[in-house]
Amino acid sequence: MANTQSAELDGAQALIKTLDSLGVEYVFGYSGGAALPIFDALETVETNMKFVLTRHEQGATHMADGYARATGKPAVVLVTSGPGAGNTITGIMTAQMDSVPMIIVTGQQVTWMLGKDAFQEADIFGITIPVVKHNYLVRETNDLPRIAKEAYHISTTGRPGPVLIDVPKNISQSPYTGNFDDDLAAELDLPGYNPQKAMEVDEVSLEQAARLINLSKKPLILAGHGAMIAGAEAELMEMANKLECPVTSTLLGKGVFPESHPLSLGMLGMHGTAYANKAICECDLIFNIGSRFDDRIIGQADKFGAQAKIIHVDIDEAEMGKMIVPDVEVVGDAKAVLQQLLPMVEKADHADWLEHLNGYKKKYPLGYKKQGGLRMQQVLDEIHDLTDGNAIISTDVGQHQMWAAQFYTNDASFKWLSSGGAGTMGFGFPGAIGAQFACPDETVISVSGDGGFQMTLCELATAVIHKLPIKILVLNNHYLGMVRQWQELFFDNRESGVDLEGNPDFVKLAEAYGAKGINIKRPADVRKKLQEALDYNDGPVVINAECIKTDNVFPMIPAGAALEDMLIEPPKYKMEKPVGST
Amino acid sequence: MSRTITTTDKKPAPRPDVIGGHTLSMFVNNQPGVLMRICQIFARRAYNIDSLVVSQGRDPRFSRLTLGISGDPAGLTQIILQCDKLIDVIHCYEHTADDSVTREMALVKVSVEGGEKRTEVLQIVEHFGGKTVDLSESSMIIRIEGASDKVDAAIRLLTNYDIIETVRTGKVVMARGEQST
Repeated sequence: MANTQSAELDGAQALIKTLDSLGVEYVFGYSGGAALPIFDALETVETNMKFVLTRHEQGATHMADGYARATGKPAVVLVTSGPGAGNTITGIMTAQMDSVPMIIVTGQQVTWMLGKDAFQEADIFGITIPVVKHNYLVRETNDLPRIAKEAYHISTTGRPGPVLIDVPKNISQSPYTGNFDDDLAAELDLPGYNPQKAMEVDEVSLEQAARLINLSKKPLILAGHGAMIAGAEAELMEMANKLECPVTSTLLGKGVFPESHPLSLGMLGMHGTAYANKAICECDLIFNIGSRFDDRIIGQADKFGAQAKIIHVDIDEAEMGKMIVPDVEVVGDAKAVLQQLLPMVEKADHADWLEHLNGYKKKYPLGYKKQGGLRMQQVLDEIHDLTDGNAIISTDVGQHQMWAAQFYTNDASFKWLSSGGAGTMGFGFPGAIGAQFACPDETVISVSGDGGFQMTLCELATAVIHKLPIKILVLNNHYLGMVRQWQELFFDNRESGVDLEGNPDFVKLAEAYGAKGINIKRPADVRKKLQEALDYNDGPVVINAECIKTDNVFPMIPAGAALEDMLIEPPKYKMEKPVGST
Repeated sequence: MSRTITTTDKKPAPRPDVIGGHTLSMFVNNQPGVLMRICQIFARRAYNIDSLVVSQGRDPRFSRLTLGISGDPAGLTQIILQCDKLIDVIHCYEHTADDSVTREMALVKVSVEGGEKRTEVLQIVEHFGGKTVDLSESSMIIRIEGASDKVDAAIRLLTNYDIIETVRTGKVVMARGEQST
């Protein structure tokens, strides 16, 4: 790589140098005409950044997403204009819904052709406004360092999210005539954005929260992704222990409080544990730390926590009262809030309440039948066992995701990567690639169904070429299982658009890409075959588990129904169609 | 066949599920695309923007927006917070009639064939403190300024004559006293 004097930088080089100086480690991308100057800058500028060529732009976004979920740091997605940029939308939306930092740089037509339907021109600035935290269309070459710095800052602070920078080709290839060192050193000027405010928590709201906590006889902590992003694990543990308070977590909060801890009730919500959902119904205080009360966990809003006072701690003021109107709103960073609240709460003894909930744990344990064929739950249970629950799990969306959430319990943050808000099929495998790049020494397991895996499986080439030892678990029931479950329960078992007839032979497919392939067909073989996959570290391994076709996930709360109407086992009567969507 | 479009301003029938008359003021970055970000927040939540005034602030880096909006009352607080959350929005406030003054201006073109009609229209204009800004043999353009309900009232009276078209600026708002807009 040739060294370039800063005096001779073009816009693209100034951009790449800035991203490098910000500490970006990985660029995931796919080249194209309008991005040529930026791709060239990757070659002409000496940086510490590593570029990964993906096989589809959506894969690049999920890789950056998986990288960020496993590290808390953003990666860059670099794509061209038009269709290249358009293919990133799903991945950007996925990151936005789950508060994941990401910087997307898109090439663009030259400025004088914008709005003229030029070749590969798309108004990606306009298209992405609803799915980004912020975005830019760069109009001056000398603005590039400032904009890259702002993008990084906005993406990573406060409630994180994706920030897109659209760079017309004439802007990236024109000479940069600013003073690069001055631009790098310049203070940011963002009068409409003050994430520092989250550290200064309103005293009155803290006092009100402490009062409710100290009055509570049956408290319940609801820990969300916000607690994880804030790095509040230690404070959360101290709070739970001091209050003797059970803790349930959201799908994205899995691991922020160890699920093996006696105070943990596991995940709540639509397919959460029966005891977590019963605790929500019976507790007298819901102490929500960093969850946005997603509709998957609250069910019917007016019946949620009907017996309980509610404290909502969230860094994003716009979440207050959006789904649930709390008794006390505490706007702030979860760690800062807990640190200030800890000395204000009294040590408590809730032995009766815990014993009551332990009764539910004994009465309604998560389980599955060991007879009647291979079940996804068994595969997940055994891989949890074989990896001591320490692997990084990246899932797709559907039945396998919910069973993975139930059976792959997590004891640490940043090890459970799953598209929660957006519910993006195709996330799991490229998400795992990003995580494996981020954490080369950890076991990374991609958990997909046969549907989702086929959406982004072209990234097998990416995984093979980088010899990433990802364990790609394809839980194959030849169905879009979750949709089929709904059709069975609510649509008289009329199957429509769910039969994945025509699936390839996944083992042969893996081998065609130069990966290893393993089939699991019998329950008795699961352990041995999984161990074989875990022992193979020369590259990716696809484990195709042929599972029974028509299993259903329970417990289940039909969308929009109240938590108290949870189904713990298959219903014996015909179900009403749910009022909520999906 | 072309559809007849009435440009006179008749009040729509009230809808209980919709609140009208809410006025928001925003102080925003003066850049392309900012308005689009704001409008999307309203559109996504099925709010209608009844009036919109945007103009450059005293500091040209910023713009002032005044929005008159209607929609589901339950979502209003959240919408204000969502607008405030935008990086390009410095602040977003809701103003009520008690804590602020609002003004708007309307231009009304009235057909006034014949001297008698013209005299009557001029009387109305005078009553509302308006001004005739254009006069021809067959029509005149009237300027009315004031609070929105005053403009409404003037136009309602003028509806008895032959209004050719009306154009309203939409309301601008300013908080009273110490409070900022």
